[in-house]
Amino acid sequence: MKSGSNLERVLESGAFTVTAELGPPKSAHAPSVRKKADLLKGQVDAANITDNQTAIVRMSSIAAARLALDQGVEPVMQMTCRDRNRIAIQSDLLGAYALGIRNILCLSGDHQKFGNHPQAKNVFDLDSIQLVGMVKAMRDEGLFQCGEEIRNTKKAPLAPPKMLIGAAANPFGDPFPFRVIRLAKKAQAGADFIQTQPVFDLERFKMWMTAVRDRGLHEQTAILAGVMPVKSWKALAYMDKNVPGIRIPAPLIERMKGAEDGEAEGVKLCVETMQQLREVEGVRGIHIMAVEWEAIVPEVVSQAGLLPRPVIPKAEAKEGEEGAKPKKEKASQAAD
Amino acid sequence: MIVAERKPLEEIEAELKGFKKVLIVGCGTCVTVCMAGGEKEVGVLASMLRMRAKMRGEALEVVEATVQRQCDREYVAPIAQLAEGCDAILSMACGVGVNYATEVVRSPVVLPALNTRFFGANVDEGVWAVRCAGCGDCLLAKTGGICPIARCAKSLLNGPCGGSQDGKCEVSPDVECAWQLIYDRMAALGRLDKLEEIEPPKDWSRGRDGGPGKVVREDATKI
Repeated sequence: MKSGSNLERVLESGAFTVTAELGPPKSAHAPSVRKKADLLKGQVDAANITDNQTAIVRMSSIAAARLALDQGVEPVMQMTCRDRNRIAIQSDLLGAYALGIRNILCLSGDHQKFGNHPQAKNVFDLDSIQLVGMVKAMRDEGLFQCGEEIRNTKKAPLAPPKMLIGAAANPFGDPFPFRVIRLAKKAQAGADFIQTQPVFDLERFKMWMTAVRDRGLHEQTAILAGVMPVKSWKALAYMDKNVPGIRIPAPLIERMKGAEDGEAEGVKLCVETMQQLREVEGVRGIHIMAVEWEAIVPEVVSQAGLLPRPVIPKAEAKEGEEGAKPKKEKASQAAD
Repeated sequence: MIVAERKPLEEIEAELKGFKKVLIVGCGTCVTVCMAGGEKEVGVLASMLRMRAKMRGEALEVVEATVQRQCDREYVAPIAQLAEGCDAILSMACGVGVNYATEVVRSPVVLPALNTRFFGANVDEGVWAVRCAGCGDCLLAKTGGICPIARCAKSLLNGPCGGSQDGKCEVSPDVECAWQLIYDRMAALGRLDKLEEIEPPKDWSRGRDGGPGKVVREDATKI
């Protein structure tokens, strides 16, 4: 086990995995996070906590992740390269692990021009692939990016953050032939799982998966296909125009326009997509991005036939590992 | 060249408030080429400032001059003489010139007339675009001569990001995705395999992030 997280255990078991997104509030209001976490509890294997998505200031991912964890929902902490340099990122990783967080999604990050602080200086000290590599080296080699060991003193044991590492993939971006090479780089850098942008164009997604399978990448990293339930055709049109990396085929917008009950049709469309994605070879699970509509996740997961979520017990921790039963102390052994 | 644009008139006038006699000094190199601060632009700005001051009933005397460039002592030093009797110098050079004129010509105050934008090229008639970010550790050999630091909005070294669509950057449909350009170029060169290698984190200390820069050529310093 790389991290021992629930997400890792479910993926390892071979079960079709379900993750969803939990957006932190645009305020310091903790109960908002707890409420959303309560909606997702038991409905997903892990919940992504977004990191100032679209460059709009929200409660930090690390804080909201801990709040979610306290409610019994395993978080996937999202981390972008836009707002933090390698020093802050590594520092946050140490802190996140200390707080019990065990999954991380490494992202480049939407440009600040999309958000509410377009005058901010961006960082981009690293890109997402370098970030994946850095987290992997911390976990598997116990080394900081500068090469120093992650330990308190020369005699203290290594205490690295052991996270399950995720990265994003956009099957719908350009240049198309290069998209798979970029996925290969992420897998090579150490991505254990991949979450894709929401699938609206199933044909294009299938084309991408064919190329992915041709390279054997579906075996190197676990691909979770993204889906997004929408309430109205306006939401689709908005995304098509304003959200980087998302393109909506016109027939879908027409379908939503023609629906009497936008929300019901949106759910239907999402569930259909999930079922179709389940049939695509190499897809190991689903990532549900119900933006500001976390409440709909239980219905979508249920209608797609994905409940109940598997409960896979943690393996007995070995001696010396976190959570292991303490050794019987010898009378002569002094505490360190 | 260093590409700059003239500041809005209102901003320049606000800077000059209270000064009665101003020397506007242009620069004959980069800003002449990008039509922002050369002899011609000095003339135009001087006329406009005089005219507008007159319309406001304010007294403003404007002296005009242009030097070869404002980043070399031999051309900057004479500005002191040109500015005799003036209570301010309005430099139409790039930010380098304003800084350097300030340190060489101790008095009077040197004010900027331009906003310096970037290191760029004249890509089309009347159009200048950034081409270099001055990172101090040039990696253009790896990207077919196209700079991802300067031309990618996120300065990715393992790009593109998920926002690249139809060869355009997510920040604007007018901005080309640098990584699409790099991909196309490397494909044409038959060197796409190079892009499959993971580029490690950059040493940013070679550029601005390492602190104020200085280059010394021992073979060229005074004995």
